[in-house]
Amino acid sequence: MLISVASGKGGTGKTTVTANMAWAASGLDSVTFLDCDVEEPDSHFYLKPDWTGEEDVCLPVPVVDSSCCDGCGACAEFCRYNALATIKGDVLVFQELCHGCGGCALACTPKCITYTDRRIGIVREGSRGGVHLYQGLLDIGEPVAVPVIKRVREKQADSGLTLIDCPPGTGCLFVNSIRDSDYCLLVTEPSPFGRHDLDLAHRAAMELGVPHGVLINRSSNNDAIIDDYCKEEGLHVLGRIPFSRDLAEACSRGEMLTETDETWSRRFLRILEEVRKACLLNSPS
Amino acid sequence: MPAKLTILSGKGGTGKTTVVASFLNLASSAVASDCDIDAPNLHLLLEPTLLSREPFEGGMVARIDPEKCSKCAICEESCPFGAIKNLAVDPFSCEGCGVCELLCPDGAARLFPEITGEVFVSETRFGPLAHALLMPGGEASGKLVTKVKEAASRLAEERGLELIIVDGSPGIGCPVIASVADSDLILAVSEPTLSGLWGLERIHGVARHFGVKMAVCINKVDLNQDVAERIRSYCSESELPLLGVIPFDEKVNKATMKGEVLVEKYEGPAASAIKGIWEDTMRILESISAIT
Repeated sequence: MLISVASGKGGTGKTTVTANMAWAASGLDSVTFLDCDVEEPDSHFYLKPDWTGEEDVCLPVPVVDSSCCDGCGACAEFCRYNALATIKGDVLVFQELCHGCGGCALACTPKCITYTDRRIGIVREGSRGGVHLYQGLLDIGEPVAVPVIKRVREKQADSGLTLIDCPPGTGCLFVNSIRDSDYCLLVTEPSPFGRHDLDLAHRAAMELGVPHGVLINRSSNNDAIIDDYCKEEGLHVLGRIPFSRDLAEACSRGEMLTETDETWSRRFLRILEEVRKACLLNSPS
Repeated sequence: MPAKLTILSGKGGTGKTTVVASFLNLASSAVASDCDIDAPNLHLLLEPTLLSREPFEGGMVARIDPEKCSKCAICEESCPFGAIKNLAVDPFSCEGCGVCELLCPDGAARLFPEITGEVFVSETRFGPLAHALLMPGGEASGKLVTKVKEAASRLAEERGLELIIVDGSPGIGCPVIASVADSDLILAVSEPTLSGLWGLERIHGVARHFGVKMAVCINKVDLNQDVAERIRSYCSESELPLLGVIPFDEKVNKATMKGEVLVEKYEGPAASAIKGIWEDTMRILESISAIT
């Protein structure tokens, strides 16, 4: 089963939820944790894995052979990302803008363009206990994060439970993180910001056709702002995590309460159980 | 040229928007600019009146005309993003590169401009606001940030305002890079958690990469004194000015829940800390513009 944990708004507790759920479930099932928040991945603070491997994520970027180039500019004209420009017959390559589509070489009639790999980030691998972690990490100064997310997604396990910790927002990074998951758990908080961004994430998940439900973090005795919204939208609230200074402090130290406290383990397992049930309800068979 | 102050954090949810809204109240005349385009929240605190809206063409997306298609599937085989399956384009995977259009022998695969968002200009009680909304899954978020910044610069020029305050998005990628590019100063809102410190280090890397000066404040400072101390050390080792710390204060939560601007409605430790940070931020900005 493939479950993504996303939010729209940043800082609602995605990683806290994903890591604690992974840890609590690891006694029962084999758990793969995919950290797709590649701009700011922080799952390793919680899971404290022993790193066992690392691979580069590269994009092919064009290299123009100036001895062969006649300066026609067809490559720059083709490139939709403005990664190539011709100035006085010389071709300039702006590597950070390149999406690695390979179109410039196809457009070059004298065939002067070859490609070289340029690193934009890494995926590292590690494990502790029963949790196997793959974490994407975008290099500083690199704008294009989607290829790193795609590489992390390739690590998805064929069996057992795979949990995806998603980046905030609802744009292309969110889409590439949650797509094809069996269920997406949207973590929100009872505030106007939480409600507003839940609305955006809900709409994005609907557009993608990913079944989804809501988990209210920092729940108080009055979650009406989220409950009312979910009722209006017919969204399922799968659980609540009460506001707790203990939990907030544990998170600040990168601790998982499920490691030390049975009550928290049961709480996160119950949320996971609710997700499984919701998955079954949504499955077509 | 108006000065540009960009509020960032790396990690999300540290309190950027709370700080920005309070700064807008403290500034006598500034343009607000919400560059967190795929989860914008500033308008929730500013109650804007919409002045104008404009669709945003984010990029191109391919479509295949079934009337012209001879089903050779060259497009499918050559799409670098695996976006074409069964001779249909998945718009969420298509990055609009145009390889299919170039190779299609039938002229059936073609690129079309795609509307992926909207840019808004609004009026608020603190002055004008430039903001936007990216559609779900929208590409080219950096380009949309640039549009918002252009709208903000136009507003500053039209109204003779000297300062643009930018609410940035979390992360270090495309939208953040677009918002940092021509900033005069970044104020990073950190929080004393291991993720917060790591986020601060990464956003500092971005600031250095693009040669933009950065200052720091720590929100919810009493959550973890040890990590707060590590942030202080990081700042002094890296010669980052630490402009202040914002203590945990019930009133911040109260203001957020009610959609209020903290310093406008409440006194207290958090509000006075933000006022202090604002004054120091202005002093740094003045010294920067005195040099340039």
